[in-house]
Amino acid sequence: MIRTSVPKHVVLVLASLAALFPVYVMVTAAFKTQGGFLNSPFSPVAHPTVAGFRTALNDQFPRWLLNSALVTGAAVAATLVLASVAAWGFSRWSFRGRDALLSLLVSLMVVPPVVLLVPLFVFGAKLGLISTFRLVILIYVGLMLPFSVYMLTSFFRTIPPSMIEAATVDGASSFTVFRLIVLPLSGAPLATLAVINLLWVWNELLIALVFLQDDSKKTLMVGITGFESRYNLDVPAIMAGLTLATLPIVTLYLFGQRFFVRGLVAGAAKG
Amino acid sequence: MSAPGAIAATSIGPRRRMRLGRAEPLVWIAPAFAVVAFIFGYSMVELVRQSLEHDGRWAGLENFRLTVTDPTFQTALEHNARLLLAVPVLVLIALLLSVLLFEALRGWRFHRVTVFLPYVLPIPVVAVIFGQMLQLDGLVNQALRGVGLGSLAFDWLGQPSWALWTMTGVIVWKELGFGVILFLARLLSLPGETFEAARVDGARFFRLHRYVTVPQLAGVIAFYVVVEAITMVSWVFNYVYVISNGTGGPGDATQVAELYIYQSAFQYSAPDLAAAAAVMLFGATLVLIIVFFRVQRRAGFIAAGD
Repeated sequence: MIRTSVPKHVVLVLASLAALFPVYVMVTAAFKTQGGFLNSPFSPVAHPTVAGFRTALNDQFPRWLLNSALVTGAAVAATLVLASVAAWGFSRWSFRGRDALLSLLVSLMVVPPVVLLVPLFVFGAKLGLISTFRLVILIYVGLMLPFSVYMLTSFFRTIPPSMIEAATVDGASSFTVFRLIVLPLSGAPLATLAVINLLWVWNELLIALVFLQDDSKKTLMVGITGFESRYNLDVPAIMAGLTLATLPIVTLYLFGQRFFVRGLVAGAAKG
Repeated sequence: MSAPGAIAATSIGPRRRMRLGRAEPLVWIAPAFAVVAFIFGYSMVELVRQSLEHDGRWAGLENFRLTVTDPTFQTALEHNARLLLAVPVLVLIALLLSVLLFEALRGWRFHRVTVFLPYVLPIPVVAVIFGQMLQLDGLVNQALRGVGLGSLAFDWLGQPSWALWTMTGVIVWKELGFGVILFLARLLSLPGETFEAARVDGARFFRLHRYVTVPQLAGVIAFYVVVEAITMVSWVFNYVYVISNGTGGPGDATQVAELYIYQSAFQYSAPDLAAAAAVMLFGATLVLIIVFFRVQRRAGFIAAGD
């Protein structure tokens, strides 16, 4: 077998350490006392304490966590439904303007959200929708749809036409074909999309910052940014908060790794 | 691409055709289309309209003139341009790591999981951790003093001349994983014999990868370059906002276009100027979109899935 040489392995180990180090600092600091952290910031935890977590949880953390879960869950679920329905429309029928529409969709993937901020805010303010989850969820869905529709359309096109024909000959409606044949075949791409989109919405800051200004409506990412200045002198509390905010997403990453990698690569593949 | 036209011709049931006919695909597409048309279409039209008005009255290109001559906006653009320097760095490190991960058989799964980890962490979390670590009496400087390099310790994020470079370093740390994923997936999809001769060390290692690996990865490298260029121009708000506490500071040392738009609109109540700046930022990404399409059209990308 081929063996990796020493310098190559050293580079890999260094890269892994560099990637892990900040995470290590975050998790260990969360279990230290302020004094313990200042004395030996790098050492492993000698006497773990959960005081930092208690401070974080006594703050608005549980509420932010709930808000994030709600917004993320609703936005991703709505995106998956709308995107798979639209992708079926795009992949099953050919109609005039279809390819132009799909190309337009692909190009929307790179429009920076900050460009849409001002008009959407003016719109929301007029209708009294600022600090409501409805508008934020709608914006997230809109921003996720281009990639989601594009990816599912590419996948649906790989379903063998013979399978669909066989069903239609038996008199099944296109809705039945979609529900009983297309969707059951699409578990993996749907899971991939779910993982990619969950990561994105959970980590999103800009839109949440602008559109969810009420303290009771803030998401975790908005909460964290204010959290730091409030607990400036309590590093363990800050780090405990960060650890709590990161935990769901790292869990998702570790268990959904296969789907995650597949989704990122799909973006680079041509349709 | 398959030929969906063929499916369409044969597979529409007679009953359905009578009821919905050629409108049927539109019925399926309509809900998603309505949302996308509102979020992107309505917003873009409104944005352009607002950029040409002042307090609801026609102002011609006045907002653009004011924005372009604003020294803060110029500084912001210059910083975005400087952030672009991170792109070649990202490509080089990602290439090196993906080739090493590809060649390393033992323990590579562990390294793969850890090297990708920064990419999934929320940017606000990353920014807060690094903000803590890079303070004047923070971890990094303590470590430098600890190993006798105290003279190198300084205020990484507080010194105007260094703050943007420090931030660039944080962005590289975070964005690297994406490149490694892309390149590694491409390497794994290549036929095995491509690299039979290439598993070597030393000078030959670099030469072989320069002439064998890099050309094979050309398509995916181009894709990564475009995506990261777009990131540096128009997706760095989160880093700047959290690290500089919403100020773009110290001074305007980390001011970027996105933050300029955000501040104009929501801190200085000048949405017209924000709209003009946003139109220009969109123009810049449009240029990159055109490059993106060129890249898309190039054949021989990675097949979806690994």
